[in-house]
Amino acid sequence: MNPIIDFLSYNLRRMAIPVGGVGLLFINTIKSFRPPWERENIVNQMVQVGVMSLPVVMITGLFTGMVLAAQTYYQFHKLTVETAVGLVVGLSMTRELGPVLAGLMLAGRIGAAFASEIGTMTVTEQVDALHTLATDPVKYLVVPRLIACAALVPILTIITVFIGIAGGYVVGVKMFGINGTYYLRNMSEYMCPWDIMGGLVKAFIFGIVIAIIGCYKGFNTEGGAEGVGRATTGAVVTSCILILILDFFIVFIYKGLGVG
Amino acid sequence: MIEIKGLHKSFGGNPVLNGVNLNIQKGETMVIIGQSGGGKSVLLKHIVGILKPDEGEVWVDGVNITNMDNNALNKVRCRFGMLFQGAALFDSLTVGENVSFALKRYTALSEKDIQEKVKEKLALVGLRDIENIKPAELSGGMKKRVGLARAIAMDPEVVFYDEPTTGVDPIMADAINNLILDLHNKLKITSIAVTHDMVSAYKIADRIAMLYQGAIIGVGTPDEIKETTNPIIHQFITGEAQGPIPH
Repeated sequence: MNPIIDFLSYNLRRMAIPVGGVGLLFINTIKSFRPPWERENIVNQMVQVGVMSLPVVMITGLFTGMVLAAQTYYQFHKLTVETAVGLVVGLSMTRELGPVLAGLMLAGRIGAAFASEIGTMTVTEQVDALHTLATDPVKYLVVPRLIACAALVPILTIITVFIGIAGGYVVGVKMFGINGTYYLRNMSEYMCPWDIMGGLVKAFIFGIVIAIIGCYKGFNTEGGAEGVGRATTGAVVTSCILILILDFFIVFIYKGLGVG
Repeated sequence: MIEIKGLHKSFGGNPVLNGVNLNIQKGETMVIIGQSGGGKSVLLKHIVGILKPDEGEVWVDGVNITNMDNNALNKVRCRFGMLFQGAALFDSLTVGENVSFALKRYTALSEKDIQEKVKEKLALVGLRDIENIKPAELSGGMKKRVGLARAIAMDPEVVFYDEPTTGVDPIMADAINNLILDLHNKLKITSIAVTHDMVSAYKIADRIAMLYQGAIIGVGTPDEIKETTNPIIHQFITGEAQGPIPH
């Protein structure tokens, strides 16, 4: 056979297996959304995903907003349209930077934690033990993580966005002396509710991606500590790449729906 | 009670089980011996339904569990208990929470009754007052005992032991063997153990089966196995480097 076709078919197969696996895990997780709920597990995951991630997203939002305001000011100052800095910061944070940067940071923090925790459970036979105790590992491990991510990644994104806008205001108004009233008026006049809603829908999708990829990599961990390390790295890299690719397509989906 | 019919399983094209046939009678202790990496644990995981065979069937009390859906399989699993090689205790939970894991989910017992049952099962394996300790603080032998307490918490009809004496010192290994015998005598359970520890096999087994190259090549009582004329079984039980088994 042609070596190029061989190479392509081998690599397509290599890519198709994890794509199918992730899809199956997602379907199984949705099927497992039924009582009795693992309440204690859900609360624990919400603390891990939500409360423990607050410092990360706050720092991300603050410095992104401040840098964005500073860079925009330096360019806009040449054109004497400094008052539009607020609008640029607001739109960028709500539509793109807030959801994407929060998603990337959370993929690093939460995705890695999911993959390493479930990966360790897999290699030490704790996942097998769940089976023998008549407990579905998807319901016990994945459902609480998916609920926590789908519910809290959007909330963490809102926090990132607002802190980013606040950081931008401090830099633009207090540091560079832009008129505060114009700064806020431009922002509120040219932004619409969908700018925020669109960002939240993205964050919801990114939350699902982070949870499912992290859990999938964890369940498919092989070997000992080295395997757990590989799974953790794989979860972060895959989630980050998926977030960036999905973000690109969502922009066009919004446009197609007439809301972008 | 448990019937394994023509079980085949391959991983990545490498056959691990190659037509396993075995019957386990109610109330007996069956020990499956074989080389490390020879597929003993894989066989055990097929019987519990954690792995699905490429070919073949597993029957429990006349019911084929091979292709059961998860809900039906979980009902069967409620009758099983399993001790894993490394105990496989949930390290995010305390000892008490580990032992009570299935009790909280599948019984209507009150919290007080569950705590009493946890104490009772821990006492059966020779442990007390460790309910609030995390598994990371336990020694290897204690972990195995807690794993055993968790395995018998639901009063199972069948208990599976995966290398019960591996990784513990000889005295602790003998204590675990005594525990298995004691539980077998007290609770009248069916036991299936996989091991390559012949001291343990002779001590706890009613019958011994040898797994070699993915198939059962001999079954018999400990005395029959000791006097076997099969050169492969003979080499394995005497632990000689020279013989038909490559090393």
